[in-house]
Amino acid sequence: MALLQIAEPGQSTPPHQHRLAVGIDLGTTNSLVATVKSGMAVVLSDEFGRPLLPSVVRYDEGGVAAVGYDARARQAEDPKNTIVSVKRFMGRSREDIAHVETLPYRFIDAPGMVRLSTASGIKSPVEISAEILRILRLRAEAALGGPLVGAVITVPAYFDDAQRQATRDAARVAGIEVLRLLNEPTAAALAYGLEHAAEGVYGVYDLGGGTFDISILRLSRGIFEVLATGGDSALGGDDFDQRIFCWILERAQLSPLSSEDARLLLVQAREAKEYLTQHGEARIVARLSTGETVDLRLSMPEMNEITQTLVAKTLQPVKKALRDAGLGIRDIKGVVMVGGATRMPQIQHAVGEFFGQEPLNNLDPDKVVALGAATQANLLAGNRSADSDWLLLDVIPLSLGIETMGGLVERLIPRNSTLPVARAQDFTTFKDGQTAMAIHVVQGERELVGDCRSLGHFELRGIPPMVAGAARIRVTFQVDADGLLSVSAREETSGVSARISVKPSYGLSDDEIAGMLQDSLEHAKDDAFRRALKETQVEAQRLIEAVHSALMGDGELLNPVERARIEAAIARLQAAALGDNRRPLLLAMDELEAESKDFAARRMDKSIRAAFAGKNIDEIVPTGEGAK
Amino acid sequence: MSEAGNFRRDGMNFGEDHFALFGLPRAFRIDLLLLESRYREIQAQVHPDRFVDAEEADRRRSLQWAAQANEALQTLKQPRLRASYLLQLNGQEIDAERNTAMPADFLLEQMEWREGVQEAREAGNHHELEAFHHRLREHLDKACDTLGVLLDDQRDWPTAADQVRRLMFLEKLLSEIDDALITLEK
Ligand SMILES: Nc1ncnc2c1ncn2[C@@H]1O[C@H](COP(=O)(O)OP(=O)(O)OP(=O)(O)O)[C@@H](O)[C@H]1O
Ligand SMILES: [Mg+2]
Repeated sequence: MALLQIAEPGQSTPPHQHRLAVGIDLGTTNSLVATVKSGMAVVLSDEFGRPLLPSVVRYDEGGVAAVGYDARARQAEDPKNTIVSVKRFMGRSREDIAHVETLPYRFIDAPGMVRLSTASGIKSPVEISAEILRILRLRAEAALGGPLVGAVITVPAYFDDAQRQATRDAARVAGIEVLRLLNEPTAAALAYGLEHAAEGVYGVYDLGGGTFDISILRLSRGIFEVLATGGDSALGGDDFDQRIFCWILERAQLSPLSSEDARLLLVQAREAKEYLTQHGEARIVARLSTGETVDLRLSMPEMNEITQTLVAKTLQPVKKALRDAGLGIRDIKGVVMVGGATRMPQIQHAVGEFFGQEPLNNLDPDKVVALGAATQANLLAGNRSADSDWLLLDVIPLSLGIETMGGLVERLIPRNSTLPVARAQDFTTFKDGQTAMAIHVVQGERELVGDCRSLGHFELRGIPPMVAGAARIRVTFQVDADGLLSVSAREETSGVSARISVKPSYGLSDDEIAGMLQDSLEHAKDDAFRRALKETQVEAQRLIEAVHSALMGDGELLNPVERARIEAAIARLQAAALGDNRRPLLLAMDELEAESKDFAARRMDKSIRAAFAGKNIDEIVPTGEGAK
Repeated sequence: MSEAGNFRRDGMNFGEDHFALFGLPRAFRIDLLLLESRYREIQAQVHPDRFVDAEEADRRRSLQWAAQANEALQTLKQPRLRASYLLQLNGQEIDAERNTAMPADFLLEQMEWREGVQEAREAGNHHELEAFHHRLREHLDKACDTLGVLLDDQRDWPTAADQVRRLMFLEKLLSEIDDALITLEK
């Protein structure tokens, strides 16, 4: 158990055979699944040998009618029920979505995240994404011949907490155990770095269908360290299509379009954009339902003109990321190009000019993210071999803060902090006998709360009544390696853990997710929930036993008050373990962990001292309070 | 994966202060390269990616330790934070919020700087702002050298705390110059 096993990190994974794990690139336009086979990362294709799965889901009265190529082929027929680029809606409310009025969907503005009304009922973007993930999971299980241990799922580096949480939820609904959410450019850097044994500082410029990321990484001796990241989670090839679409409308002087015709022209716009990558001019021909016809020629110079602001828009985050990394253009050894939209010559040109060097295009921009994710999944699943070992150190893309007086933001965790990161903040009461307080957590770089994204309202209850200003409530904000936030709180003078209830401003409640899981027959069967509860109960029992035996062995390291607190936390955990709800159980485990943290550290010091017995005493004498 | 014994290195002392964690002497002048390499050694062992299929409690502990290593690195890497931390370990308050009284000559100098920067900003003089940036950088470097003498040689905590407060002024000004430069670039 934790308290005892600290000396043996390598032994937490017993020897085993190859465990099936995959990397999934859940893209705005296309999704892929890849795995490592005999030491090589490969993309898994469908039964027709096609590696990509278009991220398109079509619904009809009976439910999901098609996912992938079939859905995409028929998008202009039934645009309202054929959802493309759903990734742009993940963790977003209606007002967050660009050009929302031009989209054909029937949006329902639910608090936090939009819902879409389809022929088969109201769907959350999480559920729609889960349909894509499920197809990929089934594809992988068929190809690999067994259930997966888990998957690494990639997200744009610039995704905020709400978007990451939504992605994680989608995986859960699709029956996938998430080993890690990995940033897309980091996955690409891993694939590139391993293949080319690259060392030095590199940039990854990733322009996909719907998102743009720039990451600056230092690659050195098996460590991939992200120095800074930046981007725009609503900028990608889709926006170039949109510009061409507007250009068509203007040139052809069309009457107001039906949503079918609009989708038809958008598809034409995209084809023209892709055609222009290889040719000097593209012809756009379409016949609309009104009988009107479109017949236009779009030349490369015109294309450059109508999209130049988009190209320039990608360079702002590049400058910012360089500045955050404390680096100049000359420090960058190479720029790896990722994402289908980097095929556009104007992008190649702009990036080359900005960095003063030819960008690196030697990896397939469609596949590199999935391949990197597969490699990391293989490592995380425990298929580590002696010659394949590395560590990814990533960062949080956007600052986290809390609301203070007057709607201002107090920044707690600055952007580009290396993950995981934890910050404690002390609060006090301002009224006599106050037993509750509310904390509003936001994400973003702006000074005013209203300009940042609200992540949630956290309510602290159960503060022991005291005179105003006497309570000292330490709230700890922790962002894990997936970039996801959690919050815990404790009243320090009395040692009472203030109960914390989270009201996320976005996304889905646990109940909603439970509902979706129930809807999916597969999951009614394997009953993932009950299994998770059972596992947690077992862990809770182990934790209790470990703390018990530590108390027996090293109880003298504690004073009576500390001991009583630990014992009380054990009792609370025991009570929670009897219930059939996993959440309070996890909270009670957290509490016991927190209560016994100092104890564990003291025991660790004791064992270190024992190991150093006879060595220079300066090296091992305790030197005072650790955290600030 | 490194062998289990590595966990017992003197460089991995999670119960103690940031210096002890990296096995560094408690001083302002530290070997930054050694700091970085110790940091990497520690992360290689405690990072959550090493504990993906461990039990929940171990996973949480790994998270805490990795976060602590990150916090420790950030604190020791940046000179002003390192100095503040050293002072805190030695029981010397910086108390920047209440203790704003600065010597008149320093404040005068600050005012001159600020006026110069503001003029350059209003005139949109990129070149001039760059020059300010470089001069201020040099100034900061010198201030850090002084801090090293105060902390490591003289162990004069109150004067060092004064010096840290000066550094805060200079850093604030530097970030304002940088912001102005960025605004001009747009
Ligand atoms: N030859 C080409 N020329 C121009 N654009 C192209 C070309 N091929 C693909 N694209 C564009 O690339 C985009 C899709 O890229 P990609 O598959 O990398 O995105 P994604 O991974 O699905 O999206 P994201 O990473 O933003 O979530 C689309 O906008 C597509 O039109
Ligand atoms: Mg992509």
